[in-house]
Amino acid sequence: MGDERCAVVGVGQTQYKAVRADVSIAGLVREASERALDDASLDWGDIDAVVIGKAPDMFEGVVMPELYLADALGAVGKPMMRVHTAGSVGGSTAIVAAGLVQAGIHERVLTMSFEKQSESDAMWALTVSQPFQAPLVAGAGGFFAPIIRSYMRRSGAPEHIGMLVAVKDRANAMRNPLAHLHEPDLTLEKAKESPMLWDPIRYVETCPSSDGACAMVLAGEKTADGASKRPAWIHGTAMRSEPTIFAGRDQVNPQAGRDCAADVYAQAGITDPRAAFDCAEVYVPFSWFEPMWLENLGFCAPGEGWKLTEAGATAFDGDIPWNPSGGVLSSNPIGASGMIRFAEVALQVRGLAGEHQVDDARTALGHAYGGGSQFFSMWVVGAEKP
Amino acid sequence: MRDIAVVGFAQSKHVESDTHHNEVEMLMPVIADVVKQSGIGAKEIGFTCSGSCDYLIGAPFSFVQALDAVGAWPPISESHVEMDAAWALYEAWVALQHGDIESALVYGFGKTSTGDLGEILNLQLDPYTVAPLGLDHLSYGGLQARAYLDTTGRSERDLAEVAARSAHDARDNPNAVRRGEVTADDVLGEPPVRSPLRPFDCAPITDGAAAVVLAAGDLARRVCSRPAWIRGIDHRIEAHQLGVRDLATSMSTALAGDTAGVASGAVDVAELHAQFSHEELILREALGLGDEVRVNPSGGALGANPVMATGLIRIGEVAHRIHDGSATRGVAHASSGPCLQQNLVCVLEGTD
Repeated sequence: MGDERCAVVGVGQTQYKAVRADVSIAGLVREASERALDDASLDWGDIDAVVIGKAPDMFEGVVMPELYLADALGAVGKPMMRVHTAGSVGGSTAIVAAGLVQAGIHERVLTMSFEKQSESDAMWALTVSQPFQAPLVAGAGGFFAPIIRSYMRRSGAPEHIGMLVAVKDRANAMRNPLAHLHEPDLTLEKAKESPMLWDPIRYVETCPSSDGACAMVLAGEKTADGASKRPAWIHGTAMRSEPTIFAGRDQVNPQAGRDCAADVYAQAGITDPRAAFDCAEVYVPFSWFEPMWLENLGFCAPGEGWKLTEAGATAFDGDIPWNPSGGVLSSNPIGASGMIRFAEVALQVRGLAGEHQVDDARTALGHAYGGGSQFFSMWVVGAEKP
Repeated sequence: MRDIAVVGFAQSKHVESDTHHNEVEMLMPVIADVVKQSGIGAKEIGFTCSGSCDYLIGAPFSFVQALDAVGAWPPISESHVEMDAAWALYEAWVALQHGDIESALVYGFGKTSTGDLGEILNLQLDPYTVAPLGLDHLSYGGLQARAYLDTTGRSERDLAEVAARSAHDARDNPNAVRRGEVTADDVLGEPPVRSPLRPFDCAPITDGAAAVVLAAGDLARRVCSRPAWIRGIDHRIEAHQLGVRDLATSMSTALAGDTAGVASGAVDVAELHAQFSHEELILREALGLGDEVRVNPSGGALGANPVMATGLIRIGEVAHRIHDGSATRGVAHASSGPCLQQNLVCVLEGTD
């Protein structure tokens, strides 16, 4: 952690939906950023630097789009950076932005992540085919299905657990007017009818492909102390990476995720995450990643994650609500999905999460992962100063 | 601010087209070299950050494979920018300012030969109003060169002299692609690629990689006999639309140079990320560098331009000259975007 305290003083999100044909890319990012500035009661001129994140440029077909977006984001004459760490990028971007405040370089930083996936076909953009390398699979689901199958075998989890997660997250999304998917009638019985896409992943258990942007204003103590709304103080940030493939790598419970959690918990003084956190927004793009990450993040012992899900511990009224916003399963502009997790927990500890506000949320975990379950970014935010 | 220094720099022997190595194979010896030079154990490095561009390789996540060149096991604290690796160095410098870390590895790589750079850089322009016009980097480079000549009254021979000096200086750089004796008359003897730019005014297509190790305070002093201390570093962006900018100047370079403190001492050497000869002249003026300053002794980007590593190499080249004692205070510059849209300036200094 840095020497200077840093807090989230503004959050702005767009409506998430399949196609935002009403706005250009610049219009989309401006919408989220203006809302974040409004939430912080700040103006463009108050911002010292801009940090953008997004997933592969092939999603929109614009190379390094931050260059073209400099004007829309009020960055002219200011420092501007562009982060790309695969699916974890939204979280990493927020961490890079927080670092600028923690290092005492800037007082107020605008950070924003977006994806306008309707500009291309995200599934094929994610079908990695490098020169001289065997193509792995079609789409991210094809990559993760065998890992999920391995988790099921290892833990003995019954097949309906993934569907329970999908039903729970979509029910949560009904409380979030910005969520892409609103499926009021989804039940476990209906989920079982859902077509199989990548065995064992059913259609209902996958994230949508969304257009959307999420922005935050991060500020130093001086600004945060004078903020009109309660700030969310950053108690810890961490990133970890490991290679995609090597013999003996545990892809179900990756070391990088465990190390990242241990680092961020140590910074925040957390020893028992299930007891310490009032809620968590965790990157679950395929439903089975909820029980897998429950274990990876130390909310329970290995092999026990699915039991927490089955018992309803992660439900909105459970003891540790996961993804009260509806999560990645309900809204997924890929480059922004990690930042949405980070921003949603900030909203929770600020008491500004609206209908999906968890009662008296004081401490919360934001999490994102990417690549082949190999890139992790996390932060812990709290209502109190660290 | 905490004292941070460049303590190691390595680069590949750049080539116009490397058909024998993929990105990981290109990076591995460079990273091994810089880590060895730094005297810091690979496992002791506290943070790693890289810069690359997916469109160069023509597939998403080019940096993911590149991680194999680092040996990220046990897992490492790591990040990546889709920018020239000079900005990865900036991110690492920020992390060193506030983190519980003492050192960082920074690298960048680009195999520019595998695609069509003109087509790729066209896609960097405003996708609604500019990219459809079909401009490539040579076209907007030509527009800027013409704007500069018209505004300043300088001539195409002034550009040719920059190109000739760069080729001459690159003779002493074993890593450069374009090296040898070329006179200004030779440069002017070639037909323009895009008027007023001729072939030698434009950076060559290059495949290559580079890496830097940064260390803080006492660690830097321990592992390096003459660390290249970062005295100031800043970067700024300006408007994207070419029509709203004064193309004959570089406002963002001047601003970054002021913040980085270029003018607060004598400058021995400057490495400027000029991909066209006219850019060097614009950048010299923006940074207030007089005739006494040795500019691009490596041959600069006109000698080798491995896109996404070229800016980081500028920092490494200045640091190298401080390490070997041939310079005391130097300025490194990196650029991104059409017509020098975004610029980073880093002031490095050695102490005896």
